[in-house]
Amino acid sequence: MIANLSPGLILIVGALLVPFLPGRLRYVYMLALPVLGGLQLAGLEHGAYGQTEIFGYTLTLLRVDALSVVFGTIFLIAAFLNVIYGMHERAPMQEVAALVYAGSAISAVFAGDMITLFVFWEMTAISSVFLIWASRTEAAYRAGMRYLIIQVGSGVILLAGVILYANATGSIAFDYLGVNGLATVLILIAFGIKSAFPLLHNWLQDAYPEATVTGTVVLSAFTTKLAIYALARAFPGTEALIYIGAIMTAFPVFFAVIENDLRRVLAFSLNNQLGFMVAGIGVGTPLALNGAISHAFVHIIYKSLLFMSMGAVLHRTGTIKASELGGLVRSMPLTTVFCIIGAASISAFPLFSGFIAKSLTLSATAEGGYVIAWLVLVFASAGVLEHSGIKIPYFAFFAHDSGIRCKEAPPNMLIAMGIAAFLCIAIGVYPAPLYAMLPYVVEYEPYTTTHVLTQLQLLFFAMLAFALLVRTGLYPAELPSVNLNTDWIYRKALPVLIRRIALLIERLRTGTLDRLQRRLERFISQVYRHHGPEGLMARTWTTGGTVLWVALLLGGYLIFFYL
Amino acid sequence: MIAAHLPALQIVVPLLAAPLCLLLRRGALAWGLALVVSWATLAMSAMLLSQVLQDGVISYALGDWAAPWGIEYRVDSVNAFVLLIVAAVGAVILPYARRSVAHEIPAEQHSAFYTAFLLCLTGLLGVAITGDAFNLFVFLEISSLSSYVLIALGRDRRALTAAFQYLVMGTIGATFIVIGIGLLYMVTGTLNMADLALRLPPLGPNRTVLVAFAFLTVGASLKLALFPLHIWLPNAYTYAPSAVTGFLAATATKVAVYILLRFFFTVFGFSFYIGALTLQNLLIPLAVLAVLVCSTVAIFQDNIKRMLAYSSLAQIGYMILGIGMATPTGLTAGIVHLFNHAMMKGGLFLALGCVALRVGSVRLESMQGLGRTMPWTMFAFVLGGLSLIGVPLTAGFISKWYLVQAALEQDSWMLAILVLVGSLLSIIYVWRVVEVAYLRPAPPGAAAVREAPLSMLIPTWVLIGASIYFGIDTSLTVGVARQAAIMLMGGTP
Repeated sequence: MIANLSPGLILIVGALLVPFLPGRLRYVYMLALPVLGGLQLAGLEHGAYGQTEIFGYTLTLLRVDALSVVFGTIFLIAAFLNVIYGMHERAPMQEVAALVYAGSAISAVFAGDMITLFVFWEMTAISSVFLIWASRTEAAYRAGMRYLIIQVGSGVILLAGVILYANATGSIAFDYLGVNGLATVLILIAFGIKSAFPLLHNWLQDAYPEATVTGTVVLSAFTTKLAIYALARAFPGTEALIYIGAIMTAFPVFFAVIENDLRRVLAFSLNNQLGFMVAGIGVGTPLALNGAISHAFVHIIYKSLLFMSMGAVLHRTGTIKASELGGLVRSMPLTTVFCIIGAASISAFPLFSGFIAKSLTLSATAEGGYVIAWLVLVFASAGVLEHSGIKIPYFAFFAHDSGIRCKEAPPNMLIAMGIAAFLCIAIGVYPAPLYAMLPYVVEYEPYTTTHVLTQLQLLFFAMLAFALLVRTGLYPAELPSVNLNTDWIYRKALPVLIRRIALLIERLRTGTLDRLQRRLERFISQVYRHHGPEGLMARTWTTGGTVLWVALLLGGYLIFFYL
Repeated sequence: MIAAHLPALQIVVPLLAAPLCLLLRRGALAWGLALVVSWATLAMSAMLLSQVLQDGVISYALGDWAAPWGIEYRVDSVNAFVLLIVAAVGAVILPYARRSVAHEIPAEQHSAFYTAFLLCLTGLLGVAITGDAFNLFVFLEISSLSSYVLIALGRDRRALTAAFQYLVMGTIGATFIVIGIGLLYMVTGTLNMADLALRLPPLGPNRTVLVAFAFLTVGASLKLALFPLHIWLPNAYTYAPSAVTGFLAATATKVAVYILLRFFFTVFGFSFYIGALTLQNLLIPLAVLAVLVCSTVAIFQDNIKRMLAYSSLAQIGYMILGIGMATPTGLTAGIVHLFNHAMMKGGLFLALGCVALRVGSVRLESMQGLGRTMPWTMFAFVLGGLSLIGVPLTAGFISKWYLVQAALEQDSWMLAILVLVGSLLSIIYVWRVVEVAYLRPAPPGAAAVREAPLSMLIPTWVLIGASIYFGIDTSLTVGVARQAAIMLMGGTP
């Protein structure tokens, strides 16, 4: 335990050594970093450390309280699992980026002021983009570029908000802000971009599926949950967040159902899960905040598990398209089991980790009297089961046999998935330690007859429906085929409607964009004409011309003084 | 005993060493002497600054002729800071110069080069240290004449025309300054700046003084290359030898800014002749144009040295913007940026000199793949570029932070936005280099390129390191700048 040292800095600084270490030693070293971070965290008492003065503001590099400890802990666990999961390949850039990224996210969680938060906020953006670029495809390069622009943009908006806030209040402490005035709205928007609010969300589904096998797993853990942490810190009880969250849970369901790329399905479902947390923060009661925070905690584990299992499939088969997969249970039985555990957790089956977190949020929303929001959340819960709980394992490992025969996932992946799966069940069965970490005292018993029965009813009816549909051959085939008479609502009408709307938007968009682009081009060519290498401004004027300017300026000044 | 004569030694040592360099004839010997002298001047300027910070203003009567009749050297926190900048840059660049100069200048001219270099250093230090208006003009001419020679030594034949244009424009500028000084002498009968400051206010609004003020403003603007009087600068920087560009970019314009500060605030006195309104009307429009126009021009340049030259013009715009706001914060921002920009732009030009040494060209297309072949040089360039953009934890951020604060203090949102727009423009021109150096492979068939020698890398990294260090620890830069700003505004520090 070293005083004043943020656990995140151990990872950031430690990462710089990674490329220079040989083979085995490197893995041992990389595993040791999160462990060291954990030891450091365990040794820290609650309080503020590492305070320095800059520009007359107090920076707090390390603020330890219940909220930051929960997020710090889960980030360290995630970083540890990620290292194990990535061990099968030698990719120095990715390894360094993943550790710096995790370290930045952890440091951001422990930041006690908004300047420190901003610095690490931007560092997560810059380090994580390398995980996307590590795919080394043209699509990944472009997606990474878009991702970087949006992420850095969020940081710039955050900085703008912080400057305004500091000017207005004279404080940069990162505590409860609440929405009042331009400064806090800017800060909220910055957080909103990172936590993928509706309409600010598209970077997530755009970029995550383009990253490498390991990269997607790493990305899924940190960026958005850092934003959830920031929201929980600064904007609890902001009512708008309830509805934003509700919309977030509902709309990705449709996209996830019609998406063919299974990692993208998971990206949509990630968005939906974030909605639960945002809604919980919006309700803002101790119960709801506990729900959002514990949800973030367990979510990181099971979402990582799902991304890991899909990554293993991609690693072994080279594809992640639902239409090309199926029947892998014979080749990858263990991965199948782990994936089902992850699916059960995300669907919130009793005895799995999702259940003990999600029911908190749902109860709190109901108690708060937000009926519409509650209904949307319940609908979205069924949707989660549909697209993440059933679609993912079913299309990858069961369904029709694609004929692909491959090896089981590499042992390191299996170990990582195994640990994550164990945690999913362990937390689900015995939630007390997690509840003990939460910032508010939990007087909540998830395993009451009512809770379990309600949840089981929801789940079993959804499963019954699914089973019936599959039995009767009515469930949409995973091939992109057209089944007019049976599932047209599901597969045809909805996509057609969405496509219509999309087309309309697209047409409007391209129209406006074209016009804007033409205008921009004209503007740039104007600028180029004057400022380009041959332009008036860049040419070397004759000495006489400049002397004329001198005379003009002198004359101007003289006239100015005489007036 | 010697410590009492530091102000004189500061000038006399490099001044006497200059002809010695010429007598030594051998390039290596001349370099050695210049190196020792430059380090000695750095040590002296550091001692002067610490003395001033401790004991307040130092007044030194040259030859024991008491001011205002004799020439007085007067060191306060403003010019002690400028002295330190000039001496530090000189001391860093001379170790660098040996390899760079050997590569770019014929051997028989080396001793002449170091002579001119020391004279230029003397001139710049002299302008900063002197408390006598006419003496200032003399030193200004010493530095200018020697810098014409230094620029003309460039390999490219266009260096000659560039130096000639600079000579004409520089002479006009110096003439304007001397006319201004002459007019002041006419009405007050004194040349000592402190004395002038005492005698000018009782005269009341006086046409001669106003004309003097106009001449001095325009003359100084010419020397510091304020838009639209900047036209001599891009060519001069582009075609001068790399070490010279680095030196002049980091010092010459900064000293000209100092002249402006000194005359505006000390001689004329802030509140008397120059209200905040006058300064704002005079300087801010031109500063705004400088930032926008020159940044945009920089984006389209293919010669990176020229690009950096235009970027310098934009950065000068920032300094003048800070000064033009005429508030303590604005002035602090201007003075801090004076220092920070000297560090980062000096470092960038030195990194570019390394490229010139190994690749032979500083055009954008010849920098393809240099991120791999010259990793240290290019990484220095990237860090300098980040500082230029104003990324947090770099010196550039500190400057821009104070500029934005100064703008917000006056509720001028447009100026705050302008600073940010300027940063965006600089992202574009820095990114062009990064993209070519790191993301493009070296063209096939290109000759193998090695990393630059340590004697050049270390000075480059010293300046780049300083531009990072002063982004984190601002106690020296901001502390001194704030003290200087308060003093210039007429308060007691």
